[in-house]
Amino acid sequence: MVTILGVPLQALLGQLLVGAINGGFYALLSLGIAIIFGMLHIINFAHGALYMMGAFMAWILLNYFGLNFWFALVIAPIVVGLVGIVLERTLLSRLYNQDHLYNLLLTFGLGLIIVGLFRIGFGGSGKPYSPPEALMGALNLGFMFLPVYRGFVLAVALVSCLVVWLVIERTRLGAYLRAATENAEIVEAFGINVPLLIALTYGGGVALAGFAGVLAAPIYSVYPNMGHDLMIIVFALVVIGGLGSIFGAIVTGFSLGIIEGLTKVFYPEASTTVVFVLMAVVLLVKPAGLFGKEA
Amino acid sequence: MTTAETSITAAASSYRPPSRLPAGLVFLAMVALLVVAPFVAYPLFVMKVLCFALFALALNLLLGYGGLLSFGHAAYFGMSSYVSAHAAKMWGLTPELSIVCGVAVALVLGLVFGLLAIRRKGIYFAMITLAFAQMVFFFSLQAPFTGGEDGLQGVPRGALFSVLDLSSDITLYWVVLAIFVLGWFGTYRIVHSPYGQVLRAIRGNEERAMSLGYDVYRYKVLLFVLSAGFAGLAGATKAIAFQLATLTDVAWTMSGEVVLMTLVGGMGTLFGPVVGAALVVAMQNYLAHLGAWVMVVQGVIFAVCVLTFREGIVGVVAKFTRKEL
Amino acid sequence: MTEAQATACPPSKADEALLKVANLEAWYGESHVLQGISFDVFPGEVVTLLGRNGAGRTTTLRSIMGLVASRTGSILYDGSETITRSARAIARSGIALVPEERAVFATLSVRENLLLPPVVKEGGMSLEEIFGLFPNLRERLDSPGTKLSGGEQQMLAIGRILRTGARLILLDEPTEGLAPVIVQQIGRTVAALKRQGYTIVLVEQNFRFASTLADRHIVIEQGRVVDQIAADEVASNEAKLHDYLGV
Repeated sequence: MVTILGVPLQALLGQLLVGAINGGFYALLSLGIAIIFGMLHIINFAHGALYMMGAFMAWILLNYFGLNFWFALVIAPIVVGLVGIVLERTLLSRLYNQDHLYNLLLTFGLGLIIVGLFRIGFGGSGKPYSPPEALMGALNLGFMFLPVYRGFVLAVALVSCLVVWLVIERTRLGAYLRAATENAEIVEAFGINVPLLIALTYGGGVALAGFAGVLAAPIYSVYPNMGHDLMIIVFALVVIGGLGSIFGAIVTGFSLGIIEGLTKVFYPEASTTVVFVLMAVVLLVKPAGLFGKEA
Repeated sequence: MTTAETSITAAASSYRPPSRLPAGLVFLAMVALLVVAPFVAYPLFVMKVLCFALFALALNLLLGYGGLLSFGHAAYFGMSSYVSAHAAKMWGLTPELSIVCGVAVALVLGLVFGLLAIRRKGIYFAMITLAFAQMVFFFSLQAPFTGGEDGLQGVPRGALFSVLDLSSDITLYWVVLAIFVLGWFGTYRIVHSPYGQVLRAIRGNEERAMSLGYDVYRYKVLLFVLSAGFAGLAGATKAIAFQLATLTDVAWTMSGEVVLMTLVGGMGTLFGPVVGAALVVAMQNYLAHLGAWVMVVQGVIFAVCVLTFREGIVGVVAKFTRKEL
Repeated sequence: MTEAQATACPPSKADEALLKVANLEAWYGESHVLQGISFDVFPGEVVTLLGRNGAGRTTTLRSIMGLVASRTGSILYDGSETITRSARAIARSGIALVPEERAVFATLSVRENLLLPPVVKEGGMSLEEIFGLFPNLRERLDSPGTKLSGGEQQMLAIGRILRTGARLILLDEPTEGLAPVIVQQIGRTVAALKRQGYTIVLVEQNFRFASTLADRHIVIEQGRVVDQIAADEVASNEAKLHDYLGV
């Protein structure tokens, strides 16, 4: 049996893959956080709750409407995005002239309300959600059996990050978005509807969280608190990567997932805290974050 | 869009009050009320309020007077709570020594995290403090001395200085009240010291304070450490009084609750955190049987406060009476 | 109120003002920056706003564009009131601003910068016409906005609004920090735009540059219009101008 530093190759590759899949979730979530931050200058503390809402939408669509995973993958992000747009228009937009910390507190409160309501409606325990039939079973990769669904999640996460990146970097809408992120006032003075752009940005950012939630439903069970721990890790990621670049958010997300996976192999006790330790190191060495521009 | 940004604490400090005298009177009234309280309300309930009031005062020191929003103060509260519970239960230390142990750990933790977190400002600072607190949470979940999911239960209250037996609720109440009053007075002294003046200057305009030769970084770290210490004092006292230290004390929800208390009562006021703590603890007690509704109600209070009531209760009173409270 | 009446005769080709600013006041927070600005601009005119730094010239442009949140008075553009409109609506009515420091977007390529402002009216220039004015831009189409020289950035900032069909152009310090040869090119461009019938309000520090282009100079001091001097009266008013500009 091949071993690396005393660890069987199978175990190592297996954990790497699990890490990369987790990294996919990190990347999708921190991508949303970064896009929203660029435009609104707020950190969306409700992001985890909206991720959970996406997972629950999938569960609700299946159990109440008989709509399977594939429908959920389309419908849930739209619903979550619309919820986000309503929240932005009715609540968040009232605080743009105040210290940004107020909006952070507001999104924290909104997160509590959303999670609380789901707990009241559906209880706190986990709900099982099976992967779609087409993605059942496992692939023999030689070194391990990869559940097809997990492979699918990894591929979808990669592709959707790429698509989002292309939309932002290569389309007209993306150009509006980048321009408004730099100087919203001048964009407004060109006759472009910046408030609409802001609402779409928030809606789009949280729709990504909802999308991640649907992908997560068959892997982790669906429960109201599922977004919390994940969110805090994503915040640490955001500090590590810095909020300067979309590309940075994606790269940091995947890399940190993989680093976490490796830690599970070599020093399992630290696997839950390694991200925070890395954050501390980055704060010491490059406080603005690896891809950050601002001081 | 010219965004005339208002600082998060500007609301509470937008006027210069004529005198400090009312604070003294209100303080005496508060103490008088607290002396009577255990005879009209459950002493345990009032003690809980006092512990959280002290915790909120600690956060307010950082948020209200330093303009720094920590979203991870449960780390200092909870870790100190664990350490003092452990010291009292496993090492058999007296309550005052157990509390000292807890506070010492909180101070060290505050120094380490403070040195790191202070390198960023605003929302980054909030995220960093939250992340470090989560690290402490995971540590508490795994470390053997915390009792994991069960926490440390049945912590002996012991005898203060090995003389004063604290098993009676009312005796214990006077001790907790004394700690609270000392804590309150401590924050008052800090706010009104020359150091507090410099903090005001830094919060007003950091660059200017820096150009005047103040080592802003050190002032902020010191504030962070002091705030962590007071949070530790609150956590340790709570562990001894309620004979319990659990994961709840170190969870992110606790960090959120203490922010809520400070916000509701009034950031940057000396009485606001006390009022806020009383309200939130009372609300939790009365709504406890409603389960998850507590969470929803807290979220709604957060949203309403932030959208319409940013000065908090005491902040509004201070504004209308034009007194510093 | 020390409002100077328009001493210069409006150009004869039009008797209806395109832009009619009356008693415009504006605030930044507590500071009362514009304290009653009134002037008219006629179609096809090039008008400069002269004055010292801090007199309120940029704020006047920004108020016309709707970028100053607290403003009162009246700004009629093409006969309709814009004082209560948003910057977005004002832009849609055919006014465009070339801001101070150009505001070229760093994360956008030159092409994206050029195509960013939406077309608001018919009759805007095609990209080819814009390249005719600024040949440099054609070669730099795929460079990031900030890789351009200061002069190229200025050309881009002007070029991108010519596409939109806006007929009133507000130019804020277009020659600031530019080499003399580039200043001349900008000058030729402004003259060309004037020939094509654009109406231009120019804030300019470089009086020699402005004097060759403008039909009229409006002098602003401490948030008020204190004088108006037609181009043909400049020579006889040299001493007064020196006094106004503090040179």
